[in-house]
Amino acid sequence: MKETPLSNCERRFLLRAIAEKKRLDGRQTYDYRNIKISFGTDYGCCIVELGKTRVLGQVSCELVSPKLNRATEGILFFNLELSQMAAPAFEPGRQSDLLVKLNRLLERCLRNSKCIDTESLCVVAGEKVWQIRVDLHLLNHDGNIIDAASIAAIVALCHFRRPDVSVQGDEVTLYTPEERDPVPLSIHHMPICVSFAFFQQGTYLLVDPNEREEHVMDGLLVIAMNKHREICTIQSSGGIMLLKDQVLRCSKIAGVKVAEITELIQKALENDQKVRKEGGKFGFAESIANQRITAFKMEKAPIDTSDVEEKAEEIIAEAEPPSEVVSKPVLWTPGTAQIGEGVENSWGDLEDSEKEDEDEGGSDEAIILDSIKMDTGVDISDIGSQEVSSHYVAQVGLKPLSSDAPIVLSDSEEEEMIILEPDKNPKKIRTHTISAKQEKAPSKKPVKKRKKKRAAN
Amino acid sequence: MAPVMAEAASVAAESLGGGRARAARTVLDQVVLPGEELLLPEQEDADVPGGAGEKLLRLNAGARSRVRVVCGPGLRRCGDRLLVTKCGRLRYKEPGSGSGGGVYWVDSQQKRYVPVKGDHVIGIVTAKSGDIFKIDIGGSEPASLSYLAFEGATKRNRPNVQVGDLIYGQFVVANKDMEPEMVCIDSCGRANGMGVIGQDGLLFKVTLGLIRKLLAPDCEIIQEVGKLYPLEIVFGMNGRIWVKAKTIQQTLILANVLEACEHMTSDQRKQIFARLAES
Repeated sequence: MKETPLSNCERRFLLRAIAEKKRLDGRQTYDYRNIKISFGTDYGCCIVELGKTRVLGQVSCELVSPKLNRATEGILFFNLELSQMAAPAFEPGRQSDLLVKLNRLLERCLRNSKCIDTESLCVVAGEKVWQIRVDLHLLNHDGNIIDAASIAAIVALCHFRRPDVSVQGDEVTLYTPEERDPVPLSIHHMPICVSFAFFQQGTYLLVDPNEREEHVMDGLLVIAMNKHREICTIQSSGGIMLLKDQVLRCSKIAGVKVAEITELIQKALENDQKVRKEGGKFGFAESIANQRITAFKMEKAPIDTSDVEEKAEEIIAEAEPPSEVVSKPVLWTPGTAQIGEGVENSWGDLEDSEKEDEDEGGSDEAIILDSIKMDTGVDISDIGSQEVSSHYVAQVGLKPLSSDAPIVLSDSEEEEMIILEPDKNPKKIRTHTISAKQEKAPSKKPVKKRKKKRAAN
Repeated sequence: MAPVMAEAASVAAESLGGGRARAARTVLDQVVLPGEELLLPEQEDADVPGGAGEKLLRLNAGARSRVRVVCGPGLRRCGDRLLVTKCGRLRYKEPGSGSGGGVYWVDSQQKRYVPVKGDHVIGIVTAKSGDIFKIDIGGSEPASLSYLAFEGATKRNRPNVQVGDLIYGQFVVANKDMEPEMVCIDSCGRANGMGVIGQDGLLFKVTLGLIRKLLAPDCEIIQEVGKLYPLEIVFGMNGRIWVKAKTIQQTLILANVLEACEHMTSDQRKQIFARLAES
């Protein structure tokens, strides 16, 4: 896939912003993006993040025969890969100019500066030496690959441990990590690349350009330096003329930046060492909490509680206030008394209640159902409760144990309720039911009183 | 109601692997995975295992129900089956009017744009070749745009479009087999806001999910942003946003705020906007 071209308006905007000393991500001219270093479970594996640019470094080693002209030196090999995963514009299996340039620069920065003691990698002179291979993979591309890659390479090399070997006569013994602790490489210094982007023929300068700034820049200056302020490599590309002052100023800035980054690397290495010694969790694979993705998240159901109080008050206001509270026990017949409400005992006036039964026989179903509804939590509308109060008269006369009616009729009653209030969600119904219960209790009482009077007559 | 179900029952009769397929209605707003099979409401009844003991009466078993359901992004029709091709949450939109069955689609989080007919996008002119422009729209291949597809353009009167310009247009051809084709006019030949975007302002990329969120009719973010500074803004469905405010500083702030909006709750957003309004 082709690279997304830079539009004219982006270019213009970027240049104007740079002229105003502003950058897209709010950084200052000499600011680096956040650098994050994390290590793998094995030695010699690390991921360096420079803002959104990510580079994975992996060091491996092998016993090989040395080069003929350098019989006592180990071999260092660097390889940077630009995978398509980093940016769709990178083509797999093809050495692009950018890749060649970056690889070359890395080699110059790390091998030619002799930061690693290659002579210590010799096992048997002229026969067996260690070949150290540094593989760098760009995982995400957001500009300034070389800085991220150089940090990743040196961090991976510092972190790496090679198996220990011993030579006795002609016999070379290679020890597994269990037999003998692996040994670290001997590293003299840590060269780190710092990139400077120049705009408008060197008028403006930015440290650590991101991808868009790289598109707009006129020239790039890369300075590789160690913390002793020794320049390991310097490379200018893009074909701009730089003045002596500019290069000197850049090297000063590079010195400061390299000191900061070296400190960060050392801190990260120490931290990893400490964690490994303590046997805690280390490595980026372990640091991923494995529940984060697989755990289900329960979504909170939004319930509108804003006008619950008003609604409740409204219902209370609408309901008839209790006229009188019956609290004293009522003696129906000798041996049968009642306190408060409930299904009224009708044993005392069995005779005249049967007459009423005949009168209002049709309506008694409703009242039995009503008590069922209370249990199941189905909504009781205002109309429903009114009906209930009128039906209650009939209920009194009925024997409470006539139980086969509700089972048959419950279905039809529920359907009726749905028709009454079709669009209520279960949550609302629940609250409504509670209020309806509150309301129902008082509304029964006048009826009962009436009934009582009638019974007295 | 029963006859309708009976008609629909025959539709799903040949559905394979019915045991695993889930009814689309039951998984609304839930995560679906690629390869999963969904059943539309009309197909559900046939595949209910056991069928509650009794089979529905089929009045006219040969006839199929004619409910038109639209499969949006992330879903693919495969014969009578409806397959999920993307990972994300299943969404459904009620039919606006008439007897349609509504639209089903999968809301997924991705950055790569796939052209869809009718989408309004922001493209970058990469080449002028003969009488067409090549437009980069962030998809797998560039779109083509005829120089006649501008308002008021004729063979003599060519639009002034340079390489590198931003174009706001919509797709008239977008399918998997052909090169996508854009126009900058609507069906009446009017520009209707489309055409070349001005030379100033900033273009930046966000995820497609954020664009959909921002373009939703009831999106609060845009209203809040509008209160902050006077601005011009263009959203392309391909994840590109062009924004222009009075100064560079304001444009940068707006771009960063919009980008950050994706992972902020509405409370956090309000705090940030309040802080920005003060400064």
